[in-house]
Amino acid sequence: MRFMMVVKATTDSEAGVMPSLELLSAMQKYNEELAKAGVLLAADGLHPSSGGIRFSYPEPGGKPKVTDGPFTEAKEIIAGYTLIEVKSREEAIEWALRMPDPHGFGQGEIELRQVFEAEDLTDDPEALANEAALRKRVEEQKRT
Amino acid sequence: MSLADSRRTIDTIWRMESAKLIAGLTRMVRDVGLAEDLAHDALVVALERWPETGIPDKPGAWLMTTAKRRAIDYLRRNKLRDRKYEELSRNIDLYTEEDNERAAAEGEVGDDLLRLIFMTCHPKLSQEARVALTLRLLCGLTTEEIARSFLAAEATVAQRIVRAKKTLSAEKVPFEVPEGEDLRERMSSVLEVIYLMFNEGYSATAGDRWTRPLLCQEALRLGRVLAEIVPDEPEAHGLVALLEIQSSRLKARIGPEGEPILLMDQNRAQWDRLLIRRGLAALERCRKLGRPLGPYALQAAIAACHAQAPAAADTDWVRIAALYEALSRITPSPIVELNKAVAISMAFGPEFALQIVDELISVPALQDYHLFPSVRGDLLAKLGRHKEAQAEFERAASMTRNARERELMQNRAAECEAQAAIGGD
Repeated sequence: MRFMMVVKATTDSEAGVMPSLELLSAMQKYNEELAKAGVLLAADGLHPSSGGIRFSYPEPGGKPKVTDGPFTEAKEIIAGYTLIEVKSREEAIEWALRMPDPHGFGQGEIELRQVFEAEDLTDDPEALANEAALRKRVEEQKRT
Repeated sequence: MSLADSRRTIDTIWRMESAKLIAGLTRMVRDVGLAEDLAHDALVVALERWPETGIPDKPGAWLMTTAKRRAIDYLRRNKLRDRKYEELSRNIDLYTEEDNERAAAEGEVGDDLLRLIFMTCHPKLSQEARVALTLRLLCGLTTEEIARSFLAAEATVAQRIVRAKKTLSAEKVPFEVPEGEDLRERMSSVLEVIYLMFNEGYSATAGDRWTRPLLCQEALRLGRVLAEIVPDEPEAHGLVALLEIQSSRLKARIGPEGEPILLMDQNRAQWDRLLIRRGLAALERCRKLGRPLGPYALQAAIAACHAQAPAAADTDWVRIAALYEALSRITPSPIVELNKAVAISMAFGPEFALQIVDELISVPALQDYHLFPSVRGDLLAKLGRHKEAQAEFERAASMTRNARERELMQNRAAECEAQAAIGGD
């Protein structure tokens, strides 16, 4: 199972203020721990939203509305993410708990989200059968 | 937190920490069986206490401290008053949670894990025993999970593990990282165990399921761990590269009815780009070490050729044929020859490839290998010799133990029969 630990933006990250050395080294240590456990898939930090562009679709079927950053509401903005591959939801939670507070001044927030994957990779015969049935239905709908 | 929730959390922490615990304890007591028991004891204590006290901040360090204290109690109880015990009891205050954290920070944990994997992959053990013991101690799988993965009876697997632990103990297999020439050989045994584990999962040799994902996942995870603890070992990166790229195709190789889809027919949009990228990066790490590519790195390089081709028709078969040639020089085997023939057929045409395959006809190692008639059948079909091809596919169908694969071979035989009827061959 894949999970994404989404690190939310803060006033500092949005202002382009680099985290303290202490925090950087704690984060690096944590990433090493993930790698040594064989669960780390990818980890990246994002530039502040001031360089970002937002494409929204206020009118269904209409053209997108293009807005330049920065965007307000830091907590709705993503500052980085860490993608992990684990055996269970509990394991993902455990890893998320071990991530250092990503900002350290009361604004730190990590959101744990499961990555959507087809259930092809299961050992469970029932799930496999359900998946096959679903795909068959989709195929039939396509034909009609 | 409900009791069931905390039970699940503790179980998860156990799975995450058990290999490190067992490795650290084996260093103390020099016996994996005993180390595993002591680690379990610590788990039992956690199961009693944590639901009341809550999960400690550093659960891994807590478990290690508890287990090490247990180890000292055990040694004391059994009056094993040898030097080891003296030493341990003098340092008894050392086993604090801070101490265990420091050990983790200084890389001692990685060293212990490495020693443990050298032990569970020891040549004194049979191949089956190595795989089972590694899954049990390094991957933290239960006996039941291992049995399920290998379609074996739980009792058989349990016995295999018990015997393996006894053998290690009786043979006094040391808890160490081998040196010199020994290291190379032992490392290749470790890599082989991970590779076998993956292959067992990737292409189940029996049963009607084409893949058994649990084993693939465990092998990939363990491979990644190994590459981190022996970063200077090119073949560890080579193996990881191979497994990442193979794993990238797991979803694409099974059709909606559970039928296998061969590499060339797979929908490449379904390949996992992230795993491909990780595989290519691992191969790059391997190359950067500046040593000649070993067998795993060469296989990874071949897999990378496929991964980098946007469509099947874009495959660089000339390069793949050359890589197989290099592979057959360092690990000569009829199976590598057979694969080389396939690449040559794609690069230079089926006539030339059939010559190579026909030279292999009497090789004993290929007599029971179902892919041999399957490859030969494919070449014959390409040359328009449908009746001969049909016979080969039928032979392949009768040889494979995988029900899905049998079906595939039977279908190809039927196609050839139809072609022969049309073409008058």
